[in-house]
Amino acid sequence: MRLSVLLFAHYRELVPSPSVEIEVRTGATVREAIARLRAMPGWEDLPEEPTVAVNREYSQPDRELHAGDELALIPPVAGG
Amino acid sequence: MKATGDRTKAPAGDPDPCFVSACITEEPIQAERLLDLGSRADGALLLFVGRVRDHNDGRPVARLRYEAYTEMAERELEAILREAADRCEATRIEAVHRTGTLEIGEASVAIAVASPHRAAAFEASRYVIEEIKKRLPVWKREVYADGSDAWVHAASEDPPR
Repeated sequence: MRLSVLLFAHYRELVPSPSVEIEVRTGATVREAIARLRAMPGWEDLPEEPTVAVNREYSQPDRELHAGDELALIPPVAGG
Repeated sequence: MKATGDRTKAPAGDPDPCFVSACITEEPIQAERLLDLGSRADGALLLFVGRVRDHNDGRPVARLRYEAYTEMAERELEAILREAADRCEATRIEAVHRTGTLEIGEASVAIAVASPHRAAAFEASRYVIEEIKKRLPVWKREVYADGSDAWVHAASEDPPR
């Protein structure tokens, strides 16, 4: 399935684009999606286990992904 | 801009013990607007405002640019406010976080807490700002006096959850 990955701040500048599309199997874990991203040219510096959100909630690397899920990479936050 | 609660719908005597309102906005924050929070039962009303300062780590700062994952940030901010209300027995909490380009002195965040007693108000306000720093999906880019700019790396914290 095609999965759209949202990018913000530091990570957005790697592309640079507000999102990137990847192809993963249905039921792939977040960890697999990240590995797919890290295999793309220019993405070598992405951490192996970056903080992520699935459907706008912080999620763990073993979380499974399904069609329509919103995966977002969350660089170190600096609000306030 | 979208508030997740509307305090005009939470009148005095509202049975909801933890009314909260979270908002991420590109509009300038009117902090004084938060000062009519609470009811006649609330003996404490505390307002915290975070502002853009003119320096960071010894370097002059000209302005800041805030970026947010707005949909998630609003949801996360509301979760933080609910946690604060539950932990600290505050009765009303409203928080606003700004995005976009902010000049020196402009408010980047405002937190208002109403509570029957002061201890809960201080505790809740402190909890909210510390959790914002740890968890809210918001980023800031410092623009320096010489025109260069850089993403701010917050003090090292454990990643959220």
